[in-house]
Amino acid sequence: MGDWMTVTDRGLSSESKSISQYTSEIKMSPSSLYSQQVLCSSIPLSKNVHSFFSAFCTEDNIEQSVSYLDQELTTFGFPSLYEESKGKETKRELNIVAVLNCMNELLVLQRKNLLAQENVETQNLKLGSDMDHLQSCYSKLKVQKLQNIIASRATQYNHDMKRKEREYNKLKERLHQLVMNKKDKKIAMDILNYVGRADGKRGSWRTGKTEARNEDEMYKILLNDYEYRQKQILMENAELKKVLQQMKKEMISLLSPQKKKPRERVDDSTGTVISDVEEDAGELSRESMWDLSCETVREQLTNSIRKQWRILKSHVEKLDNQVSKVHLEGFNDEDVISRQDHEQETEKLELEIQQCKEMIKTQQQLLQQQLATACDDDTTSLLRDCYLLEEKERLKEEWSLFKEQKKNFERERRSFTEAAIRLGLERKAFEEERASWLKQQFLNMTTFDHQNSENVKLFSAFSGSSDRDNLTVHSRQPQKKPHSVSNGSPVCMSKLTKSLPASPSTSDFCQTRSCVSEHSSINVLNITPEEIKPNQVGGECTNQKWCVASRPGSQEGCYSGCSLTYTNSHVEKDDLP
Amino acid sequence: MNFSEAFKLSSLLCKFSPDGKYLASCVQYRLVVRDVNTLQILQLYTCLDQIQHIEWSADSLFILCAMYKRGLVQVWSLEQPEWHCKIDEGSAGLVASCWSPDGRHILNTTEFHLRITVWSLCTKSVSYIKYPKACLQGITFTRDGRYMALAERRDCKDYVSIFVCSDWQLLRHFDTDTQDLTGIEWAPNGCVLAVWDTCLEYKILLYSLDGRLLSAYSAYEWSLGIKSVAWSPSSQFLAVGSYDGKVRILNHVTWKMITEFGHPATINNPKTVVYKEAQKSPQLGLGCLSFPPPGAGAGPLPSSESKYEIASVPVSLQTLKPVTDRANPKIGIGMLAFSPDSYFLATRNDNTPNAVWVWDIQKLRLFAVLEQLSPVRTFQWDPQQPRLAICTGGSRLYLWSPAGCMSVQVPGEGDFAVLSLCWHLSGDSMALLSKDHVCLCFLETEAVVSTACRQLGGHT
Repeated sequence: MGDWMTVTDRGLSSESKSISQYTSEIKMSPSSLYSQQVLCSSIPLSKNVHSFFSAFCTEDNIEQSVSYLDQELTTFGFPSLYEESKGKETKRELNIVAVLNCMNELLVLQRKNLLAQENVETQNLKLGSDMDHLQSCYSKLKVQKLQNIIASRATQYNHDMKRKEREYNKLKERLHQLVMNKKDKKIAMDILNYVGRADGKRGSWRTGKTEARNEDEMYKILLNDYEYRQKQILMENAELKKVLQQMKKEMISLLSPQKKKPRERVDDSTGTVISDVEEDAGELSRESMWDLSCETVREQLTNSIRKQWRILKSHVEKLDNQVSKVHLEGFNDEDVISRQDHEQETEKLELEIQQCKEMIKTQQQLLQQQLATACDDDTTSLLRDCYLLEEKERLKEEWSLFKEQKKNFERERRSFTEAAIRLGLERKAFEEERASWLKQQFLNMTTFDHQNSENVKLFSAFSGSSDRDNLTVHSRQPQKKPHSVSNGSPVCMSKLTKSLPASPSTSDFCQTRSCVSEHSSINVLNITPEEIKPNQVGGECTNQKWCVASRPGSQEGCYSGCSLTYTNSHVEKDDLP
Repeated sequence: MNFSEAFKLSSLLCKFSPDGKYLASCVQYRLVVRDVNTLQILQLYTCLDQIQHIEWSADSLFILCAMYKRGLVQVWSLEQPEWHCKIDEGSAGLVASCWSPDGRHILNTTEFHLRITVWSLCTKSVSYIKYPKACLQGITFTRDGRYMALAERRDCKDYVSIFVCSDWQLLRHFDTDTQDLTGIEWAPNGCVLAVWDTCLEYKILLYSLDGRLLSAYSAYEWSLGIKSVAWSPSSQFLAVGSYDGKVRILNHVTWKMITEFGHPATINNPKTVVYKEAQKSPQLGLGCLSFPPPGAGAGPLPSSESKYEIASVPVSLQTLKPVTDRANPKIGIGMLAFSPDSYFLATRNDNTPNAVWVWDIQKLRLFAVLEQLSPVRTFQWDPQQPRLAICTGGSRLYLWSPAGCMSVQVPGEGDFAVLSLCWHLSGDSMALLSKDHVCLCFLETEAVVSTACRQLGGHT
């Protein structure tokens, strides 16, 4: 890098053009590492180019710099930049051709240098990797060599030791002969009297019998030890078996309440497995083969445990899946309902807002036009001023009205969103109730059928036509709807069946209706305020509210009234339950 | 904790009788036998020269005193003080002498390990065993006293001979696959013999009583191998300490390694309790962990107090840099001992000489580390319960139990430098040996000690 830096310096000092060319050339160079290095270093250089040049060569010192360059170049063996001087007195002329030639030569040199450098670097890399490889080889060889050295030394040591030991043994033998065979009088035991044996017995002669006895005893000891160990192992085994048995029992008891369900749902294979297991368990407990340690029992036990375990595992996994599913579904349900409703409502409201805004705009425009036209006529200005004032007043009024309306509208919008949420909840509740009612009805019908068919027959004969009538009426005439809708709750139904022959009282109707309107939004939306009027007691306001809501943004004029009824209903609603 | 007065002693020769009734100690060429409870002198025997070795017979009836320099063994009877027996090995010399388990035979090893002479006290008969191997632990008896295993060397090969002790009949004789056998040791159940090779090669072999090779184990090659071996009292585990600073535990079913206990210089596991002995100057008041003996109020106060502190992990222990260019480097596990219930294992790594490591064998993990102020000289388990007594050559006795640990100043004029100790078999007392004195230390009853330990634990 050091060399290279000097190279760029030289190129830089010679001509700025060469630098730009040079950098572009470098960018194209294939070695990425290399070009990166160059780019990194070339950025600050190119930035400095102008300042550097201004420092080196300015308008004023062209002469000096040219002469300096000439000097430098000539020292490097390039031809002079100046024309051949004809005389000493004449000023030396700059030879453009020579300059260009020099530049070209420098560039060529530069290119050559770069190429050479690249080669050197790749070679360097190659050599580096070779070096690493060799070093690892060397270390491996070193370890091997050291091991070999240790091994060879060990063998040599062992050999020498053996030699020495042989010598030593010879000496020992000799010493033994010398010391022991001399009948050393000194080697003796001086004892007052011999003492009895610790066990009180007399010593026995060494015979073949004693030898056999010793052998026997030894084997007895060994046998005892092995028996002891076997006992221990047996005990351990028994305990382990106990644990396994207990585990199995508990597993079976744990899994048995779900036996019926998995059989219905899960495929046949697990069902058969369960039955197998049951049989196994029965067999085992009947015959109580736990104490036997033969292979078949062991296999049975391990197999059954494995099966149980598999079932338990799959069951737990299933439970996990269900739990996660329930979680997901729960979240989704709530989200979807509220969002849909919300979006619908907000869309509607946004539309209304847009309309209002447009209206305000047109009115403003009209106002401005009027003002503009009022300005140009001087004569009628006075007259018109009066009108203008009047109009201004009126506009102000209108403006305030608009503002109020806007406010009201805002409020309405808020309450609409609230209502939408409530609507969602109510719908859900209703749906639940409807489902439960349907179920109950179904159950009631069936139980009725089975328990007292006579009564039912009578009842059906009596009320069947009316019921059908009711249904048809319901489809055509909303007035009779209370009858049909009241079927929704079983309590009402019983009431109806009781009071069917007589005409139903209004209070009854009201009750049922209010009860219905609480839960059903669709049916109620069909009811117009005129229809409700005759029965307007208590909870009818909610119906009104919904009827208004079903016709959104119809007239601007009715906003105030609308909001009024709305607020009324709202208040009443709060008071209701 | 009470201490007896100090009695004179030479060559650290002091032993409790196997029945626990007597205490034999040597002063130059005199052998003194005392009653353990009253400490009154029961018998006083005078030998022909300075005693170098004493040993009680298994039935506590006889004591042998060996005078290796003179090649002499003298045997004394406790029941008949006038009875005497003298064995002279003459020019063959004497390097080791021991009782046979029956207490009626004496095995003398001659110089250069030329032979072992078996002298009987019952009959005139004398037996010779040729080619005993000169090694660290060449003779071992089974615990029931039936069999003796002896390491032998012939024609540059190692052999083991198993003798029946009752009539010295050779039961088995087999060669072992060792380069240079260093030690042999019976399992406590007397059915398995562990044989280990020289430290140049990590190899431990396990033989059955009938000479069958049960298993061979080698942990690594090339570097220095086994340094110490210990059987657990249950015969279930074999702990092998080696020069790499590890203890490997082999099991008795497969004879494979269960676990290895490293002895790192820093302890990081927060579950391990590290007790550090700390010095305390006396003016700071009595340390809660030092127990000034109540019976020795008259004695001068020790120059400094010491107590145990529980160090918080990570703790780095003081380590010695081993000198590699010398033989027998001070590295590796030089001492190991199982507690009598086989629940704990105490070890010392020789390049962290101040520390005693206590391992939990049930959980196979490090339980506690005690770092002393000076190198640990010896430790011994209480024969009755997991309680470890440690001495460091200072004037203190250190006790560890799972409940805690404490250091006790040994009273007396001047410093009583405890060089060695041995427990009485009841676990109620122990003999503390200094260079020229012995004193008995009586431990309180179990309840008192345990409360003391608990207090101690509370303080720390």
